[in-house]
Amino acid sequence: MDQGTNSYRTGPDENGRFGLFGGRFVAETLMPLILDLEAAYEEAQNDPAFAAQLDDLQTHYVGRPSPLYFAERLTEHYGGAKIYLKRDELNHTGSHKINNCLGQILLAMRMKKTRIIAETGAGQHGVAVATVAARFGLPCTVFMGATDIERQKPNVFRMKLLGADVRAVTSGAGTLKDAMNEALRDWVTNVHDTFYIIGTVAGPHPYPAMVRDFQSIIGRETKEQMHAREGRLPDSLVACIGGGSNAMGLFHPFLDDASVRIIGVEAGGHGLDTPDHAASLAGGVPGVLHGNRTYLLQDGDGQITEGHSISAGLDYPGIGPEHAYLRDTGRVEYVSATDTEALEAFQLITRLEGIIPALEPSHALAYVSKIAPDLESDHLLVMNLCGRGDKDVFAVAEHLNVEL
Amino acid sequence: MTRLETCFETLRSQDRKAFVAFVTAGDPDLATSAKILDGLPAAGADIIELGMPFTDPMADGPSIQAASQRALAAGQTLLGTLDMVRAFRETNDTTPIVLMGYYNPIYIYGTERFVADALAAGVDGLIVVDLPPEEDAELCLPALAGGLNFIRLATPTTDDKRLPEVLNNTSGFVYYVSITGITGSAAPQQQDVAANVARIKRHTDLPVCVGFGIRTPEQAKAMSEISDGAVVGSALVDVITEHLDAQGHAKDTLVQSVLALASSLAEGVNRD
Ligand SMILES: Cc1ncc(COP(=O)(O)O)c(C=O)c1O
Repeated sequence: MDQGTNSYRTGPDENGRFGLFGGRFVAETLMPLILDLEAAYEEAQNDPAFAAQLDDLQTHYVGRPSPLYFAERLTEHYGGAKIYLKRDELNHTGSHKINNCLGQILLAMRMKKTRIIAETGAGQHGVAVATVAARFGLPCTVFMGATDIERQKPNVFRMKLLGADVRAVTSGAGTLKDAMNEALRDWVTNVHDTFYIIGTVAGPHPYPAMVRDFQSIIGRETKEQMHAREGRLPDSLVACIGGGSNAMGLFHPFLDDASVRIIGVEAGGHGLDTPDHAASLAGGVPGVLHGNRTYLLQDGDGQITEGHSISAGLDYPGIGPEHAYLRDTGRVEYVSATDTEALEAFQLITRLEGIIPALEPSHALAYVSKIAPDLESDHLLVMNLCGRGDKDVFAVAEHLNVEL
Repeated sequence: MTRLETCFETLRSQDRKAFVAFVTAGDPDLATSAKILDGLPAAGADIIELGMPFTDPMADGPSIQAASQRALAAGQTLLGTLDMVRAFRETNDTTPIVLMGYYNPIYIYGTERFVADALAAGVDGLIVVDLPPEEDAELCLPALAGGLNFIRLATPTTDDKRLPEVLNNTSGFVYYVSITGITGSAAPQQQDVAANVARIKRHTDLPVCVGFGIRTPEQAKAMSEISDGAVVGSALVDVITEHLDAQGHAKDTLVQSVLALASSLAEGVNRD
């Protein structure tokens, strides 16, 4: 990365690296396609028609811009920072995932690909992919771990209604990492006609940069909306991290605004002092998986271990390579929240604001609970409320020992 | 000359093709796996590809995925795989061994240390699935500098424009992946493979071996007729799977059954 410019926003370099991280660690079969994708994406970025079509869909299909909402009762409850929620849970399909899926499916069609595949954990990305595939009439196969299929039944049915072929993946622990392996295997096999819509800022270059760019609409809107409301930049940003796409989308436009404190919240599972968590930055070391180098949960022999989280969208043993870079440079702080803390935050915001959040952003809120009370009342804090909780109500009931 | 170069020169002088046998190191357990390895040369394997097990083998089908999982469950490590090669070399100094796998375990072991230890153990070459030429600085260049062969995969999607880049820094032989797909997939079309092998040969003097989807002596013969050798993996691994008892332990018949298939494949490769 060009340190001379003093910018955190110049990556990746021509090899797809963010410092040590990122790259193109894929089988030769995929390499030509990844190079094509990079060229096609560059071309699309320079084509005003591409941006215009995407903008139009973001406005009329997704419902953007999503509101920046002043959470009055949460603010009162903590008695500290002024808390704003970026309401990406109000998007069509209920999470930020659609922002990226629209961009990628338009690109797939530019590349004349006729079949869509995707991996999904919580099912939110799978639903968003199935949605855009239905909208544009492309057949779609979604790989989902068998364990996740069990804990996210409503989303599985939603995908099927939308016409997607949902394939259960039984290898490994049957969660997101295994679904991604299986999607990569399908892609290698059907490379000629298939476009792989990766759901987070991971995978081989150019995916981490491309997904970031499509998600950055979150941060760009936030900047404008905060300016309109408060006439200045926010003081801090908080977002949860699975692979890191909603967080990167919020953070990226602010990386060079030095006054803005930026915090990513990993899934602490049963606690960082146990093996059952999904905090790749806190508990992992750099390694290579799914096409890029990043922090990974692994054993001393380089075998990948399974992440755990109450949230199926966060239990990935890796994290997007740009986050790895931002952590090592110190620009972004990375912390964690446990399953229990997330469950408490989930209930709190539901009661106080009348918003049922997904379990993923409940982790972000759990960390907000820790810092907000000690911040000044003029401190502007933005939390990315990146998904709604409809998909999680059954799982939450189970954790609260409620029989439905 | 490396063992691989000597091997192909000998085969050429005898007008024979290479039978390349793949097994995963430590599958189904360390002792049984060592017996298979020791028996492969006598069964007719000209070159042995030894899989380094990994939790997330993204280019492998169900057979080799399961082999990796069995080996890891049996306690295999990268150090253990190198020990297997060292033990093999105590009685065999000619059959080339190529380690095949994924980059992360090597990266965590330390690439420089790995190259040195692999050479010392008697390893001849490396195939690392997720290291395309774009990432040569990671391991390919240090391995070549250390004296290991680095065998690259060329695939049906590697077009003429890209081939020179793929062949640059490739040594020992070129592994042509006969299909777009994962290991254990359907059999390749002979005409397509023949055309692609001929295309690769226009760009290089290195031997070209063909793998992916080859299961029977007849297929092995067909593929070696149009190339310099045939690689068989999943079919051998499937014999291991078939000779496990209900607890997943090796039956007495396992080793001899794997070697019997290897023999008939070796015969197939060089049948008139
Ligand atoms: C609502 C929601 N938030 C967050 C995530 C985690 O992904 P990322 O870290 O890429 O935003 C998911 C993933 O499924 C999700 O559904």
